[in-house]
Amino acid sequence: MASWDELPLMYRFSIRAYRWRTVAGAPWATLRVKLTEARVALVTSAGLYRLGVDADFGTREGEDLSARYLPSDTAINALAIGQTSDAFDRGAIIKDKNLALPLDRLHELAAAGEIGAVAPRAVSFNGSLLAPGRFIKQTAPGIVDALRVDEVDAALFVPV
Amino acid sequence: MERGGIPTACIALVRNVAEVLRAPRMLAVPYRFGRALGEPGDADGQREVLRALLALLERPGPGPALEDYAIR
Repeated sequence: MASWDELPLMYRFSIRAYRWRTVAGAPWATLRVKLTEARVALVTSAGLYRLGVDADFGTREGEDLSARYLPSDTAINALAIGQTSDAFDRGAIIKDKNLALPLDRLHELAAAGEIGAVAPRAVSFNGSLLAPGRFIKQTAPGIVDALRVDEVDAALFVPV
Repeated sequence: MERGGIPTACIALVRNVAEVLRAPRMLAVPYRFGRALGEPGDADGQREVLRALLALLERPGPGPALEDYAIR
């Protein structure tokens, strides 16, 4: 289990004062197909993006609330890390991007018939946000629309 | 996303935060920040975490569901 003690002192103080949101009361969507038939998407807060294709994160003024859509056949170890926080083991993810976006592992489960398919696109954003409410209002609806276009049955979230 | 009809399952790195957030389906893993799936290069271990996460999707509602992942 991760511990706040892993973090630099500055983060430990910030987190002590941070007011975590509660999403209690959020609707419960039911998986409508068997897992072996489900098209599954990955969503990561690691801010992964394709060098030379996608814009980096954190280059705009203020918080970067945008999302990147990564084709599922992307060679993940060529992805860059745009997460602006340093409060996680970046070196581990540099060694193996599956720790933040387990696309290779999900493809293996699809090939083994454990899920129906990997969604055609994964979603990536910079999870280092001080005002997640704006992300929920401004960015999340577009992500949901994209997943609907991709006819996704379920989404898995991977934090850093 | 759930409101949009898409079921979700989320890895949680800090259990007491997951308890507060109360997202629909969360899997608390015994790993450090940046290692949500475990160790780099451990494909077997990473697949097991994904299997546990996927299994949450088949649980009947209502949530929230918060499970602890035991390393296999």
